[in-house]
Amino acid sequence: MSTPSLRHRLAARGFDGTTLLVLPGLAVMLGLFIYPFFYGLADSLMPKEGAWYANYAAFFSDPFQYRTIAATLWLALPVTIVNLAFAVPIAFRVRLMTRQRLLTTILVLPITLGTVFVADGLLTFLGPQGWFNRVLILIGLLDAPVKLTNNYWGVFASLVITGFPFAFLLTLSYVTGIDPAIEQAAATLGASPRQRFMKVFLPLLVPGLAVTFCLAFVQAFAVFPSAVLLGAPAGPTRVISIAAYQAAFEQYDHSLGSAIAMIMGAVELIVVLIVLGGRSMFYRGPTGGTKG
Amino acid sequence: MIRDQGLVSKIWRFAVWAVAGLFVLNLIGVIAAVVVNSFATRWLGTWLPVGLTTKWYFSAWKEFQLSSVVLVTFEVVFTVVIISGLLGVTTAYALARRDFPGKRIVVLLFLLPLLIPPLTYGIPLATVLYQLGLGGSFWGVVLINLVPSLPFVVLVMIPFIEQIDPRIEAAARVFGAGTGSLFLRILLPLLLPGMLAALLLVLVRTIAMFELTFLIAGPTSQTLVVSLYYAVFASGVRAGQSIDAMAVIYMVTTLFWLILALQFVNPSQIVARAKQQPAT
Repeated sequence: MSTPSLRHRLAARGFDGTTLLVLPGLAVMLGLFIYPFFYGLADSLMPKEGAWYANYAAFFSDPFQYRTIAATLWLALPVTIVNLAFAVPIAFRVRLMTRQRLLTTILVLPITLGTVFVADGLLTFLGPQGWFNRVLILIGLLDAPVKLTNNYWGVFASLVITGFPFAFLLTLSYVTGIDPAIEQAAATLGASPRQRFMKVFLPLLVPGLAVTFCLAFVQAFAVFPSAVLLGAPAGPTRVISIAAYQAAFEQYDHSLGSAIAMIMGAVELIVVLIVLGGRSMFYRGPTGGTKG
Repeated sequence: MIRDQGLVSKIWRFAVWAVAGLFVLNLIGVIAAVVVNSFATRWLGTWLPVGLTTKWYFSAWKEFQLSSVVLVTFEVVFTVVIISGLLGVTTAYALARRDFPGKRIVVLLFLLPLLIPPLTYGIPLATVLYQLGLGGSFWGVVLINLVPSLPFVVLVMIPFIEQIDPRIEAAARVFGAGTGSLFLRILLPLLLPGMLAALLLVLVRTIAMFELTFLIAGPTSQTLVVSLYYAVFASGVRAGQSIDAMAVIYMVTTLFWLILALQFVNPSQIVARAKQQPAT
């Protein structure tokens, strides 16, 4: 018996003409994503002057620079937690609605309009003469307008406006994926609403919520336009993306800019890995109610 | 469906709806503030502007050179859509139909850009593009925008292609269809709804893509959202109403495509790509 040709042996392992269709897309990703990444990594290790680690040393010895990590986390973590904390109960209510389409369409607006538009709108809306302050004064909650723009809370608000719908729509897609028969079974066996949520839904939802947390966190962590437009970009909302941008395109030090970009990616990945690592301690399995 | 009738449940239900309602109210307030201000003659310290006018649209269109900016925006966006569509669908087809060693790594490569902040890969990529002399050029903007949009098309299309029965293709082969006619007469009609949805979503996302375009765009290759950023950044130089008029023009361009996209997809699909992530 003769051995099959190379062509047949490759085809048996999944390599044939169709597999080659992956190549153009793969080439683009290698050229525009992988190569620049390693280029940036190498670039960051070749500073304008000093030893190979000079950029990283400069970043971590200058409080104006290294405090941006804390400033970014101090914005991104609370915002993500708040968004998720509101998204879960609201998604649980909305899942019972028969006509969700109008609500989801409204909520998709800020995501598609983007942070620049939302920042522009919030500058008017939250301003001292804006509708937000006016309503609060009208109903007697405030005596004088509070300052909500050009500080921490302006950026916080913009991240809630764009981040909450994102977290909500993701959570909703997970919540609706849970078979309602599971809840009915729990209710039949006498579980109270609280028990049904804590003992039945939550364990099933944890993997999905972890992914939602990560994706929402990535968005909040990358905050850039609204931190400049709505925040205090020289002070409390000088986030790490501003530091990276300024180094690369205002001081024209692309080596330092790449270094800060790498630090930014590393900090973000650490948080994501912690969250995804914690996920593995929970139940992972089917959320359908059929016999397996 | 289970409804609890206890008092606590009722209060809880009310509270949840109240929070959701407040959020929607604020959201509408933010958008309405921009729209109302763009039509205002003068709006200082009152609930509503003193008078209404449309003159800011004409002045914004002239001041910000919007005819060329809008033209550039559409050129960039359609080029990105066409390239990422062509490459994305072929890549997704190969990934959906074949199992080969190293496939997981390839899929991970297409997932990474969605998990990493745009500036982290944008700054090194912009540096490379500037050194290639593409900084500030039309093609520089297109190339940097391909990084998030190509993976998006691939990840949307893979499950769509997987649900098309491969036996249909096999049957076409049996009846003598060549590769060309198999693609044109069998696959294309079946893939069209999914492609349309994926491409419209890429279109909407590319119009709104600020961070990456901002890094590379020059004066002649600015898209609307970057121009809007510069206008808001330098607010005080021009009338606020003029900036808001530009924001409304930007909003209308985005919403036109969003409404078109919503004819084909569910709103939650715009964000819910998480389902396609492989188990890690």
